[in-house]
Amino acid sequence: MKIRPLVILPLVFVFALFALFGYALLSGVDPKEVPSALTGKALPGFQLASLQDENTVITREEIIGEPMLMNIWATWCSSCKYEHPVLNALSADGVKIIGINYKDERDLALKWLQDYADPYALDIYDPNGDLGFDLGVTGAPETFFIDSKGQVQYRYQGPITHEIWQQSLKAIYDEMV
Amino acid sequence: MFPEFGQFSLILAWVFSLLLAVMPLAGVVLKKQALQQTATALSWAVFFFLAVAFAILLHAFYHDDFSVAVVAANSNSALPWYYKLSASWGNHEGSMLLWVLLLSTWTVAVALFARTLTVELKGSVLGVLGIIAFCFLSFVLFTSNPFERILPMVPADGSDLNPLLQDIGLILHPPTLYMGYVGFSVAFAFAVGALITGRFDASWVRWSRPWTNTAWAFLTIGIALGSWWAYYELGWGGWWFWDPVENASFMPWLIGTALIHSQAVTEKRNLFKSWSVLLAIFAFSFSLLGTFLVRSGVLTSVHAFAADPERGMFILLILGFTIGGSLLLYAFNAAKIKTSGSFELVSRESFLLMNNILLVVIAFAVLFGTLLPLLADAFSWRKLSVGAPFFNSVFNFLMVFLLSLLGIGQLLRWKKHNKKGWRITLLIMLVSAVVIALILPWTLSGKLYWQVWLGMALVFWVVASLVNMVIERTRNSRSFIAGIRKAGVGFWGMWLAHLGLVVSTTGVVLVSNFDIEKDYRVEEGDSVQLNNYRFDVDRFQIIQGPNYVADRGVVSIYRDDKKVAEVNPEKRYYSVQGNVMTEAGIDGSLLRDLYVSMAEPLDDSRKVWSVRLQVKPFVSWLWWGAALMALGSIVSITDRRYRLKTSSASVEKTL
Amino acid sequence: MKWFKYLLVVSVSLFSFLPLSSYAADELLVFESEEQRLRYVDLTFQLRCPKCQNQNVADSNAPISEDIREKTYQLIKEGYSDQEIIDFMIERYTEFVIYKPQMSLVTVWLWVLPGLVLLGGLAALIYLTRSRKQVDEESLTDEERERLNSILKDDA
Repeated sequence: MKIRPLVILPLVFVFALFALFGYALLSGVDPKEVPSALTGKALPGFQLASLQDENTVITREEIIGEPMLMNIWATWCSSCKYEHPVLNALSADGVKIIGINYKDERDLALKWLQDYADPYALDIYDPNGDLGFDLGVTGAPETFFIDSKGQVQYRYQGPITHEIWQQSLKAIYDEMV
Repeated sequence: MFPEFGQFSLILAWVFSLLLAVMPLAGVVLKKQALQQTATALSWAVFFFLAVAFAILLHAFYHDDFSVAVVAANSNSALPWYYKLSASWGNHEGSMLLWVLLLSTWTVAVALFARTLTVELKGSVLGVLGIIAFCFLSFVLFTSNPFERILPMVPADGSDLNPLLQDIGLILHPPTLYMGYVGFSVAFAFAVGALITGRFDASWVRWSRPWTNTAWAFLTIGIALGSWWAYYELGWGGWWFWDPVENASFMPWLIGTALIHSQAVTEKRNLFKSWSVLLAIFAFSFSLLGTFLVRSGVLTSVHAFAADPERGMFILLILGFTIGGSLLLYAFNAAKIKTSGSFELVSRESFLLMNNILLVVIAFAVLFGTLLPLLADAFSWRKLSVGAPFFNSVFNFLMVFLLSLLGIGQLLRWKKHNKKGWRITLLIMLVSAVVIALILPWTLSGKLYWQVWLGMALVFWVVASLVNMVIERTRNSRSFIAGIRKAGVGFWGMWLAHLGLVVSTTGVVLVSNFDIEKDYRVEEGDSVQLNNYRFDVDRFQIIQGPNYVADRGVVSIYRDDKKVAEVNPEKRYYSVQGNVMTEAGIDGSLLRDLYVSMAEPLDDSRKVWSVRLQVKPFVSWLWWGAALMALGSIVSITDRRYRLKTSSASVEKTL
Repeated sequence: MKWFKYLLVVSVSLFSFLPLSSYAADELLVFESEEQRLRYVDLTFQLRCPKCQNQNVADSNAPISEDIREKTYQLIKEGYSDQEIIDFMIERYTEFVIYKPQMSLVTVWLWVLPGLVLLGGLAALIYLTRSRKQVDEESLTDEERERLNSILKDDA
């Protein structure tokens, strides 16, 4: 029996399609997970007041120099409360964490830090979410891993837990140190 | 005990579907008529036990049996009874059961109406449908069992149906859409049956055409209902979002449309046979693809079911088996399909072929656009989105050609168009279409957008062609009425469907270019003038619904100081799941919709709101056009030659 | 033609675009020109909410969508062009945020592949109308031809 090459074309086309689907399913591609646009790029510049003192201006140049985490948080964000003790523990272990208080009110934020302890080496107040926008933040909490040259190495969305830190995030942090 | 009966019934249906998948086809291979003849009885058995299973599922929903997992997860005792019932297909498991039930409904319909098919072909067709039923029943039983119980800890109440689904849209849209999707399985089975039996007479097209048209009509209505539902329920006035799930329903529609046209050629001229077989396979394959995309979680969509890779893999295997198998069969047997006859470039065949090319290209572009983000992601190139701007540009561009060709094609004769003076006729049509399209919108709106001009020129071009068709058909008859009668339902079905296309196109062109949408900050007593409509915000009030609390706006709409409507947009808070819903206030009419939706409260008193006001001219024409298309499709199959008792007996004798 | 007159009358009143004016209530966003407003509407329909299932920022109530809308508004007022605004968003939220595929080696296939399919189809059309297909018809046996004719006759 002679088979014309054209009639095999649909079969090839469908086979390619299914290979793609099979690969997507097996490799666990998650269409909802969007990586940060900043990965591998320099932390954007900013000029914002300190949370504790509105007259102290903090800029990008002042904070970079050593590996650190930059944590976006707010008092209206319930999973931030869940994450907070983990940050406290990390800070006690010597991880430098910069806190960005995101779209929040100063009084509430200060009271929060008083009540639950302050894991942050520095508290930056971003009431309008300007820095947040430049960082591509879509919600709180989010944590950026920044190396000593001021480059963003990784961005984690959602609350950090001890398990996630041990499983994956610690390795990313250790690589920067 | 009832759910266990349902489960048992489902298992019986599964067993019978296995027999239906094996016995008649074995009979075809072994040339044993007795085996082939089991198909009808087995089809009925599958249908009966599925119907019992589905009835028991409905019963569980109706009586709030929260020991059944899907009922507990998707219903609530506070729901009105009709939403309790429709909730049974508002979830993955139940909708899958409905899908298989509809498949077996189509199967028994074939068994019932195709009584005069040869035993061999009937056995093959029902056997192929049995294979599909068996595959999907296995899927339901092993990965998505709707009768799974939560015992012994039965929840006191269900966790409610997603408020988006608490709507007449859920009652109507999925069953209609599924009827369409699943209906293409019949054309598929006829094509595969022809490949198995090796008979490609014009007879198989004639048998399968009514089924294709019916399925297509259901799909058309289903898609239109979905669009209309999104329009009023999502609250922002959009009617097509090019969301992956919408695309998944649009692709089989496009291929199905191509199939209808290609089958017309195959029936009339015995041409494009191999192509019709291929399209029949692909129309159903795209339906199955939609099922996969919606339920596997490989794409993000507003309407997707909960993602489950394991289910995705199962469906993918079914797809590989059914689609891969049928295409393999095609690859081996296509050479046997003999084509005869010739046609020239200016002939109806040639223009129908162009129609097919364009429809397939559109379907391909939609498919590729839908899948490119997945492709780019899987190969870690980057995350990207392909949405409305891309699809609109490609679709509109190709539609220009499709409509232009339609205006000519439907006037042409088969084989070779040699009518005198037809070029002059076309020129007159063209000039009048262009001129009317220039003058009408300009005198009416004082504005001239080239998009409107082009769109309306195409509309009037096809309208002129439709008018011309009627003149041609009635010219030589005793009277106009006699001419209309003589033209036949096949002609009028096509005429209506094409008119529907024009009506829909008019809606798209006008609402896309002339709709007005503005956001305002309003308080009670405020008034907004938008075009010649004045929107008076009378008051905001808080109302208590059956299972929600809502902020409701009372907005009176005036035109020339005469009240034309009062609409009540709402912002609803559903307490059980904590959802917020924007319920638009719409005053609809044939020529325009007025659309008011409440965005968010601007202060704590809940008396100041940001509100979106829209005037949408001709928006309802979109859906009326679809209704006309579906009607046309149904009208054309009432033709006498499809009434199988009279005509197919003679065909059979010749076999 | 009565219906046409009716349509004309109704549509005249429908489409008569009076100068748009509003009193009492304020528009939420004030633009310097109608052109700017239309650009804003267009852009908010093209930008995708990065946190939602699949919604543009115009139709989404997510806080991030509000931020993106507001930024778009600001940038339009600051005189950014459409492409500059899109680039600004991509720089922060990746290409995921824009529904209109940006030209690149990956996305160019969106136009190229359907174009190739179209060309293939046209080639097939030309082949089919030029080549003489009579051969096939002649290759039928007498019996087959008779059967074919009797089937075709039913169409009449």
